[in-house]
Amino acid sequence: MSDTPIIRFENVTQQYEGAGNVLSNISFELERGKFYTLLGPSGCGKTTILRLIAGFITPTTGDIYIEGKKVNHLPANERQVNTVFQDYALFPHLNVFENVAFGLRIKKLKKAEIDRRVKEALEFVNLKGYENREIQEMSGGQRQRVAIARAIVNDPEVILLDEPLSALDLKLRTEMQYELRELQQRLGKTFIFVTHDQEEALAMSDEIFVMNAGEIQQSGTPIDIYDEPINRFVADFIGESNIVSGEMVADYRVRFANKEFDCVDAGLNPNEHVEIVIRPEDLEITTVADGKMAVTVDTQLFRGVHYEISTLDEAGNEWLVHSTKKAEVGSLIGLAFDPEAIHVMRLNESEDAFDARLEAYGEMANEK
Amino acid sequence: MKNNSRPLYMVPYYLWIVLFVIAPIVLIGYYSFLDLDGKFTLDNYQNYFSSVYLRLTLSSFWYAFLITFFSILIAYPTAYWLTKTKHKQLWLLLIIIPSWINLLLKTYAYIGIFGLYGPANKFLSMIGIGEQQILFTDFSFIFVSVYIFIPFMILPIFNSLDKLNPALIDASRDLGASSWMTFRKVVFPLAINGVKSGVQAVFIPALSLFVITRLIAGNKVITLGTAIEQQFLVTQNWGMGSTIAVFLILFMFIIMMATGQKDKGGAEHGKVK
Repeated sequence: MSDTPIIRFENVTQQYEGAGNVLSNISFELERGKFYTLLGPSGCGKTTILRLIAGFITPTTGDIYIEGKKVNHLPANERQVNTVFQDYALFPHLNVFENVAFGLRIKKLKKAEIDRRVKEALEFVNLKGYENREIQEMSGGQRQRVAIARAIVNDPEVILLDEPLSALDLKLRTEMQYELRELQQRLGKTFIFVTHDQEEALAMSDEIFVMNAGEIQQSGTPIDIYDEPINRFVADFIGESNIVSGEMVADYRVRFANKEFDCVDAGLNPNEHVEIVIRPEDLEITTVADGKMAVTVDTQLFRGVHYEISTLDEAGNEWLVHSTKKAEVGSLIGLAFDPEAIHVMRLNESEDAFDARLEAYGEMANEK
Repeated sequence: MKNNSRPLYMVPYYLWIVLFVIAPIVLIGYYSFLDLDGKFTLDNYQNYFSSVYLRLTLSSFWYAFLITFFSILIAYPTAYWLTKTKHKQLWLLLIIIPSWINLLLKTYAYIGIFGLYGPANKFLSMIGIGEQQILFTDFSFIFVSVYIFIPFMILPIFNSLDKLNPALIDASRDLGASSWMTFRKVVFPLAINGVKSGVQAVFIPALSLFVITRLIAGNKVITLGTAIEQQFLVTQNWGMGSTIAVFLILFMFIIMMATGQKDKGGAEHGKVK
């Protein structure tokens, strides 16, 4: 039973009247008990996926399976799935207890059972003693917790979270990130979390789906996606990146900024045009003599944890550097980096081809 | 916002309130204690509690109740359907337009429609039922009243339904409620303020109807409104007329309080007032 993916999308396309494809031919599988994040800019289709799973809309073409059962036309109230809505969607005419009890009352459970489960759920989200409060008396963070309690009290297989932290202030948001992650691990349920905040996605997820324009660009663990972005969009969307164009000289040898460098990528054609990503925190400031590249400091911002230094090389490429060291604006400095810091991206490579190539030369590297 | 010095532009407002709200009520109260000869008396109040006037009050309430009931019955589904249509504003306008036309004109139109030789009877004889006495019946009275009042019931219900956050309906479905359960447990309780406003706008005026009773019901239906009119214009007993008016005002306040709004539902999505 645990082998069947809890949710499976098969070539799902979603169209709205007069608005082209919101989702184009999406296929994926989700495993039980993991924390998934759908990450992308607004309008990329991530919320549509959530609404398809919840059952608020039916796919234009393609099939959706929950626990191996096709559910295309199963109405929302018959699915073992509960949602935490973006603006919480708590019932304003009911108090905290009744909001959480709503689903249980629909199921016509016994009063004692409802009492017990509501108390338990409220305890789970640290809201013990708030049973009789009105929703209007609760703060944003507390409402958030009520919404979560209202979802988990029904003991669903899957919990969908639609940008649930976006209305909270930064400090509370960070706190809730820890809490949600911990909650998911305690419950052992499948969480599907939708956000446009890459930090949130990286901090909480087992697996991230990066989406753009109705397509899944890349899926993988936060580390995979951060370290090996498949294309310019992913590299740019996840964290800050320096992206410049270059050419593959040979396996493990790449040319950019008018120089050749050692790298760890292989399996590309010689002289193939590629894009190079180097993360700002992988660049280190040193003297011109020690550096691999000489750059001029253009501007410098103090960010608290680090300085954000914008530099220009001789070829005119901009290199953003995150460093705890200060630099002199206008001075010439050297930039040092490891071969591992260079990420080579092939143009228009599909995710499958990308994974296959990574695996192929990964094996080669292991054999050496 | 509150200022100690009352600004000059408030003067017309106060003037209006004193002249057209407070003064008439005081006058009505004063007249209600006068007998036909203009002497102070409590007889009018004693008379009111006699069987004639109590029965009149009860029947007035009964008709107002029927009118309100049928108005809700028609207005609620209509308002619900309106929130789902594409051209909400256009449809809404079409429903509002008849309420701009003078009540008398519309009532006279119904005399023609329901008359013995009117289109309603032509239709009845065409389908073989034969001519019926439609005018001067309870049916025609309630039908025309509902027709007149319906826009005032649709508008507040529409407003409260339209303000409802659609995510709440999704949430209810998500938690396992069928569409009927969602309506009963979420939509109806949250839009109840619209129904209350509609009841205020229909029930209270229906208590004091008199043009429709005279023209459509042929004085077979006597409401508090007709009674007041007759006391003032026919029997010239201003004291008794005022006493009935005092009770009408009392009933209005009671109904206002009974349908008073706690303002809970719409708090998050714009105030329902």
